[in-house]
Parts: sequence; C-alpha cells; structure tokens
Amino acid sequence: MFGILTLEAIPREPIIVGTMIFMVLGALAVLGTITYLKKWKYLWTEWLTSVDHKKIGVMYIILAIIMLLRGFADAIMMRSQQAIAVGANHGYLPPFHYDQVFTAHGVIMIFFMAMPFMFGLLNLIVPLQIGARDVAFPFLNSFSFWLTAGGAALVMLSLVLGEFAATGWLAYPPLSELRFSPGVGVDYYIWALQISGIGTLLSGINFFVTIIKMRCPGMTMFKMPVFTWTALCSMVLVIIAFPVLTVTLAMLGLDRYLDMHFFTTDFGGNQMMYVNLIWAWGHPEVYILVLPAFGIYSEVVATFCKKPLFGYVAMVWATIAITVLSFIVWLHHFFTMGAGADVNAFFGIATMIISIPTGVKVFSWLFTMYRGRITFSVPMLWLIGFLITFTIGGMTGVLMSVPGADFQLHNSLFLIAHFHNTIIGGVVFGYFAGFSYWFPKAFGFKLNEKFGKRAFWCWLVGFYVAFMPLYILGLMGMTRRLNHYDASTGWHPFLVVAAMGAAIIACGIFFQIFDIVTSIINHKKSKDTTGDPWDGRTLEWSIPSPPRFYNFAITPKVDSLDAWWKTKQKLKENGGKKEQPHYEDIHMPKNTGMGFIMAGCIFVVGFAMIWHIFWLAIVGLVATIGCVIARALDYDTDYYVTAAEVEKLENEIQAEISDRK
Amino acid sequence: MVNEPLINHSHGVHDVHHDDGSKATFGFWIYIMSDCVLFAMIFATYAVLHTHVYGGPNAKELFSMPFVLTETFILLTSSFTYGLAMLASNKANKSQVLFWLFITFLLGLAFISMEVHEFTNLIREGNSFSRSAFLSSFFTLVGTHGLHVTSGLIWMLALMYQVMKHGITPKTHTKLACLSLFWHFLDIVWIFVFTVVYLMGAI
Repeated sequence: MFGILTLEAIPREPIIVGTMIFMVLGALAVLGTITYLKKWKYLWTEWLTSVDHKKIGVMYIILAIIMLLRGFADAIMMRSQQAIAVGANHGYLPPFHYDQVFTAHGVIMIFFMAMPFMFGLLNLIVPLQIGARDVAFPFLNSFSFWLTAGGAALVMLSLVLGEFAATGWLAYPPLSELRFSPGVGVDYYIWALQISGIGTLLSGINFFVTIIKMRCPGMTMFKMPVFTWTALCSMVLVIIAFPVLTVTLAMLGLDRYLDMHFFTTDFGGNQMMYVNLIWAWGHPEVYILVLPAFGIYSEVVATFCKKPLFGYVAMVWATIAITVLSFIVWLHHFFTMGAGADVNAFFGIATMIISIPTGVKVFSWLFTMYRGRITFSVPMLWLIGFLITFTIGGMTGVLMSVPGADFQLHNSLFLIAHFHNTIIGGVVFGYFAGFSYWFPKAFGFKLNEKFGKRAFWCWLVGFYVAFMPLYILGLMGMTRRLNHYDASTGWHPFLVVAAMGAAIIACGIFFQIFDIVTSIINHKKSKDTTGDPWDGRTLEWSIPSPPRFYNFAITPKVDSLDAWWKTKQKLKENGGKKEQPHYEDIHMPKNTGMGFIMAGCIFVVGFAMIWHIFWLAIVGLVATIGCVIARALDYDTDYYVTAAEVEKLENEIQAEISDRK
Repeated sequence: MVNEPLINHSHGVHDVHHDDGSKATFGFWIYIMSDCVLFAMIFATYAVLHTHVYGGPNAKELFSMPFVLTETFILLTSSFTYGLAMLASNKANKSQVLFWLFITFLLGLAFISMEVHEFTNLIREGNSFSRSAFLSSFFTLVGTHGLHVTSGLIWMLALMYQVMKHGITPKTHTKLACLSLFWHFLDIVWIFVFTVVYLMGAI
C-alpha cells in the first residue's frame, strides 16, 4: 500500500528532529496566519492561479529566498563541523548526515536558490524591458513555476521523511547506484531535479519565444537592453543544456528502478559517461546563471553612472561568444579522467579562451564608470564588489584550466574557493544588485539604503574571510567534503577563520531580511510615485510602479537604445508636453489554477516513485495527462480589457500620483 | 466559427500581442529542437554502449530486418497520411481531416503494437534491458521514441475530438500544425534509429 514508506522513514537524529519541529511549527504559523487573516481566497485567486509574469516573478524570488536560508543553514553546519572536527573531536555531524548536508547545500543553492532567483528577475523585468504585456505562454509560465516549487518541496520533504542523497551535488555513479546508495536519498535527488528541470526547460522556451517574438515595434535585436540580450543567450543555453540533464538523470533512474546498466560497475556500464553527460549540462548551467547577472550589472552600471553602457555591441558579442564557448569546455571538470594529453590540452585552451570575452565585459563596465557621474547606491556597490571579486575568481579559474595544475588542485578546497568566488562574486552579487535595483519597480517603494549597504559590506568582507583561507587550504592539500581531519595537518586555524567568515555572511543575510521587513513596514514613507526612482534608461522605468496587470496602456515604440532615456530627453526639450493618449482594447490571458494542479499531480508522481508506491504514481500520471487534455480542450483562456476600462484605470493612476504629490 | 478564413496575418501594430498562432508554432519548433538534443544524447549513449554486450547477444544476433522494415514503412506512411490531413486542413475540409487523422492514428497504433511485440519477444527470450549495457541503451533509445509516438497518439485523439467539436478554426489549425511537426519529427528520429541501431547493427 505505501511502498517502502514506513514509520521508520522519520529520522530520529536530534538535529534533524529539531529542524523538523522548527519547520512544522513554521508551516503551521504561516498557515494559521493565512487562515486568521482570511487570506486563502486572496492567495488562490491573486497568486497561486496567477498567470501574470510579475506575480510569478515575485513568487520565484520568495522561493529563492526561502531556499537561500535553507542552503545557507547547510553551509553554516559544514563550516562549524569543519572548524571543530579536528583530532580527537569528531564534531557534531556524523559522516552520513554530513554527506547529506553538503549534497543538499549544492543542490539547493544551484537548483532552488540561483535558478528561481534568475527566473524571478527574468519574469519581473524582461517583458517590461521589451514593451510586452506578458510572456509568450502565460499559462506555461505558471506551470513552470509550480514545477520548480514542486521540486523544491521534494527536497524539503526529504528532511522529514527519509533522507537526501549523500553523494555530492552531481550524484556521480557508481556511488549513486542502487548497490552503493540503497536508500531513497538519490531518488529524492533524481525526482526533485527532474521535475524542476522540466519546469526550467519550459521556461527557457517561453522566454526565448517572448524575446524573439514579442518585442515592441522598433526594437530590433541590437536595440534590446543588455539584460534582455543576456536573458536570451541564457535561455538558448537552457534549451540546449537541460535536455541533457533530463536524459542523464533518467538513465540514472533507469539503472536504479529497472536494473539497467548505463553506469553500473558490472554488465558493461560506464561511469565516466555519466560524468561527461552531467557536465555537458553542468558547465553551460553556470553560464545560464551568470549571463543574466552580467546583464544586471550592465543595466546597473549605466543607470548609476548616468552614461550609456560602454561598448554595447562588444558586450552583446561577448555574451554570444560565451554562449557558444560554454559548450566546448565541459571536460575541464575532470582532466584527471585520463582522456590523454591532446584532449586535455584542447579543453584547457578552450577554457582559457572564455576569459577573453569575459575580460571584454569587465573592461566595458570599467569604462562605463570612467568619467561617469557615479551614485554609490546599493546596486552599484554590489557591482563594484563583483568586479573585484569576480576578477579574482576568474583568474584562479584560468590557473586551474591548466591540466597539469589541475591534477594538483582537482577536488581540493582550492576548487571550492574558486567556484564560490565566481558564483557568489558573480551570480549572487548580481542577483542581489538586481533585487535592490528592481525592487521599487515590483512593489512601488524602495528598500532601505542603510541596511542594504550594511548587508553588502557584511557579504563582501564575510566572503573574503570565508573563502580566501580555502585557497590556502587547497594548496596545503586539503580535499573537499572532509568530515574530520588530523591536527597535524595544520588546517585547523584556517578552518576556524573560514567559519568566522560564514558568520559574517550570516550577518549580511540578517541585514537583508531585516531590510526587507522594515522597508515593507515603512513602505508609505519610501513610496515612489514616479515609477522611475533611479532615473533609469530602459522601458521598464517608463511605466508606474508597480505596473498595472497589462503593463503598458499603450504599446511603446522604440527607435534607439536606452529608449526611455531618449524619451525623457525629448520631453525635456519640448517642455514636458505629452501627447494625448489613445487607448485600445487589450488582449489578456485569464488566470487559471491548472498550472498549480498539474504541477501538484506531478509532485505526487515524484513522491510516489521515490517511495515505490506505484499505484499512486499511476494515479498521479493519469491525473496529469487528464489535466493536460482538459487544458487543451479549454478554449476560453483569454479576454479583452476594453479601451474604456484602460482609460479609467490609467486616469486612476494619474489621480493617485497627483494626490501623493 | 466553422469556416472562418484561416491564419490571418494582417493584424495591425495596435494588436501585436494577439496570438495568431505564430508564437505557438515557433515555440513548438524550439521545443522540437530541445527534444532533438534529448535524442542526440541517447544516440550518443547508444554509440558508446552498443559494443558493451557483456557476453550477451549483439545487435546482429537479435534483430529481424524484415520486421523492422515493415515497422519503418508503417511509420513513414503515417507521416504521409498526416500530410494529407494537413492539406485537408488548409482547405478547411473537416471530414477529410478527421478521416486522415484516423488513418494516421491506426498506422501509429500499428507501429507501437509492433514495437511492444518486439520488446516482449526480446524480454521473453532472456534479452531484457537488464542483460547488458548495450541492451539497456537499446531499450531506452527505441523506447523513448516509442513513448513519444504514444503521447503523439493520445494528443491525436484529443485533437480529433477538438476538430469534431470546433471544426477547422485558426486555433485548431495551429494545433494540427504543431502535432504535424511532432509527427514528422518522430519520423525523422526513427530514420536515425533504423539506420544507427538496425542497419548498422546488421553489418
């Protein structure tokens, strides 16, 4: 009846039980509050069933923040374990639990923190930047989000029911095969990633079509804002790379469920094929994450330096070059496989070449700042922190792209320091910059500058304190994923320093949460009536904040880069005279709960498969197919907002603005 | 609604976001491209593993060419009949569309039945997907194609119902065009399966 699910599946370890109680209490508190405030209906009609890209964007970012806290809790556990588990002391995390912690940390931070954060920002901004009213497939957008949320829910569930994978974040076989990981941990891993991965692929197609097909009149490819360009390239990578992940995980799943032999140690399986396949997805994945961050920096630097971006065309071509190159470097993750000198040399050189377009970008940002009128606002601080940190991370990457050096550094803490250097310094700083930059657009009020700056300094200082020791430890020979080490290694002091760094970052996160909470409480004081608080350059700043559900009352027409900046200049020249607007009917998609329900069914399939409850999996699958068909048969999916209604809504906004003034 | 003029491209600038079906078709093309990558990966896996027979039978010993050739012709014919359905759809001829879809459906069903027959025979003879890495990759490659065809068949049923209910409208026409893309794509993939697995296996 319940497959292999028994009461034994509930963990007994004190730390996990504590977390469990904390999670359950937290969940009850949230559910209770919603019930007390009678907000269930509001939640369902306005959010869970919404196909509005702005609301989906907000939900993505909320998911990302929740998962950031979970992933960071894992990081703190690892750092504190390593800071005390020396010599006779074995720390507080037994190896099996510790292995799950580092696996969960990697999986969560990449798949359920960085990816949702990226898609959240894309959802919020890309349609606004290209002058569109929504994405190409609004229903699919909602479905994608709920798939991602479903994957995240599976990972969280593994905490209280069963276990998570203890294999490292890429679950290399043969360790991840049934023979060596007989528990449900790897199955949780497979299904969580498979479900969210399908969501990501659908989003990739959605945004690709949106950007190609839905730009406003006049916006040719080379008049697109850079963030949109980087989003486009990132989506190309998603479309090409994510099927590879799907296939790889499916084959691992077939090995585990149907006794196939793709990656097993016997019957002719080949483990190195898995490593090749997973990195053929994995390397593009890091560019999927970092390209949009590059786009954010480009927007931020131009806005806060009051100058057009230096070398727009070079920036775009550099982005395209990185997109292409990202597919021919995957082998640098395993030079030690023994592919031979020629193969290693090819991939080593290809890797080094990537630093050229990246260098072009760094210089473009620097030259934009040069002689600019720089405002040191929070997003700008993240940019400057990024430029320094990312450059260091990039250079250590070039060091490791030399196969000979890599044989020494492979799987050492030097590697760990390197990729955190680029991912935190590049991706995370970028998303935080984008978060504080676009927050007023999404909500109509600014975040508090003071706390934002404190958060930035804690993150920046904390990062260096936490990760610079890891470079040294790597050179001293410390490998990754150690649960315990000997005192004679001399590693202990460095690990204590690294743990302090993590504590400083924790202060940064505290300030960020505090910042969001206090800004929401005081939002009336920091209200932005202009819709353009930073004196921006691109179309998203040309409409009120938060935008109306149809975004643009009148579809904008564009004839140059930085379209909104040009418009503002023209307005200044002719003394602020605006043309009398002429409204037309607007075609909009209807909200639907189908995305939520379908993703829910797929979540049930995943859960049932993890616990071998096959009848439930079949029920879930049939329900999913039924929902797909029901949705296909529903022809009543959109409606028109009449010109008169648009006029009324727009006049309301104008009245509100003049009231506040 | 039934006999409206098809695909109307003459929308004005004011209504650029009204979907005339071009977004759906374009989006579907992109999906097909990503599916292509998916198959490419499974082909690559097969290419790596097809010699890993682990003492078991290899392709030459297992497959019957006349049987597979019949399968192939059935699937190719179904692509042709789907093409006829599309021609009928262009002429907004509802009954012809339904007729050709039905024929296509039967051919697709015949193909899947033959594949299931082949699989069960292999398993009954002790050559299941657990026998060797080669057979794992064979079953996965051919089975993935088969799963695609099966979902195409379910889709075709749902679409036949929609055509019956709504007739040939711009919306159903777009949907027919998308399934058409899917169906021809699966045909092309099968040509590669036939060549790489069966023809090259027979050498």
